[in-house]
Amino acid sequence: MQVITGQWGFAMQARPYPFPEPDDLDVHETYLELQRDEPVARVRLPYGREAWLATRYADAKIVLADPRFSRAPVMDADYDPPRTMPEVPGITTILSMDPPEHTRLRRILAKAFTARRTGQLRERAQRIVDDLLDAVQEQGPPADLVDGLAMPVAITLISEMLGVPAPDRAKFREWSDAAVAITAFTVPEIEAAAASLRAYIRELVEDKRKHPADDMLTVLVHAHDNDDRLTEEELVSFGVTLLIAGHETTGSEIGNFVHQLLTHPDRLAELRADPSLVPAAVEELLRITKLSGAPGFPRIATADVELSGVTIRAGEAVFVDGLVANRDPAVFPNPHELDFHRPHNPHFAFGHGVHHCIGAPLARMELQVSISTLLNRFPHLELADDVVFKKGRLVRGPERLLVRW
Amino acid sequence: MSEWTIEVDRGACLGTGMCTSIAPGHFRLEGGTSTPVKADVDPDDAIVDAAESCPMEAILVRSADGTVLAPQL
Repeated sequence: MQVITGQWGFAMQARPYPFPEPDDLDVHETYLELQRDEPVARVRLPYGREAWLATRYADAKIVLADPRFSRAPVMDADYDPPRTMPEVPGITTILSMDPPEHTRLRRILAKAFTARRTGQLRERAQRIVDDLLDAVQEQGPPADLVDGLAMPVAITLISEMLGVPAPDRAKFREWSDAAVAITAFTVPEIEAAAASLRAYIRELVEDKRKHPADDMLTVLVHAHDNDDRLTEEELVSFGVTLLIAGHETTGSEIGNFVHQLLTHPDRLAELRADPSLVPAAVEELLRITKLSGAPGFPRIATADVELSGVTIRAGEAVFVDGLVANRDPAVFPNPHELDFHRPHNPHFAFGHGVHHCIGAPLARMELQVSISTLLNRFPHLELADDVVFKKGRLVRGPERLLVRW
Repeated sequence: MSEWTIEVDRGACLGTGMCTSIAPGHFRLEGGTSTPVKADVDPDDAIVDAAESCPMEAILVRSADGTVLAPQL
């Protein structure tokens, strides 16, 4: 084991990382201890070089937004980036690009996701949620809100935006579930699922070439074929990333939020009494819910940078988890309390800096519509069974969410 | 060289850090929202990139004659 000397002169041993996943959606206590006592700590992942883990909000903000931190070296096998999988990923996505390459890709679709544009989709989202809840009501209790509401809302909306035909949506759900796995599936299974997703998007891209439509894949095809703004491989990667990120996260969060509300009866009662709190409640649930189940994407320092008194040398890797920073008492008083009245809630649930989630306005809208409609339709909603959360994946959510009313 | 002007609608800004990362010389975060380092600037594509990438469309870039250069709605 590599041992280095810390700022106070004693030897610091790297901790194994990621920490074990809790059974519920809490933040592992080691994160909180480190945030208090050792805000910049050495960690060692299953593969690759050692890294730092920064747990305070102020440090996370620097790592996520300061141009002295880069994502690109994580694609370089010679760099031997810290990682959970044996192989260094061979396929670049927008998440591993820096400006200006990152900006070139992001700008193509930035317009499709602005608050204004996603606001125009609110009626459509409302219709989808209404139809799904009609079916839930008709089926009667107990009903599973993961299959009955959460995943179909997210999948339908991102599929319609991208231009994924309805009959294809069931098959990509399985591939996507495996493609976001860390340990829930074997490495060959994860790789096979990722390859299937790429092959599927490639096929769909060919189809959009022949039959252009009013959707994002057609916009990407046009940007490649007519404007030369991205390569064919970047096009396919972008499509896969949008498809996965567009539904695994929001679909999981709808289930997570319903679970949080049903297990916090006081907060639920407060929300029922004053539905105008829904947007603030969604922000607070975004802040407090530990959606990520993986170490996240490390940033590599391109110059020496100081974080909480520790010098990160150029070339060293730093992990931050926005959802851990979201529990920093320096920014969020009583950070472990669900409080719908925080006057200022600058959480990092969507990240920060150039990789700030492009779909954030869409996710917010889907979450607001889903939660407010669900509470409105079912005044006596309660859990009908214990909830088990998925493990070993990039994002966490309930396996099933059985409710009665 | 004609000058550009940058305005940030701080009521709309969510402080995502997008513009400060794309064009660090032109924007800085102050009290959680973005503000232009200077309102009158020489033309620079990074400013247009930042305005076009803002999820809130909170950045307005104009040319010297008042024409809106970004964002294109």
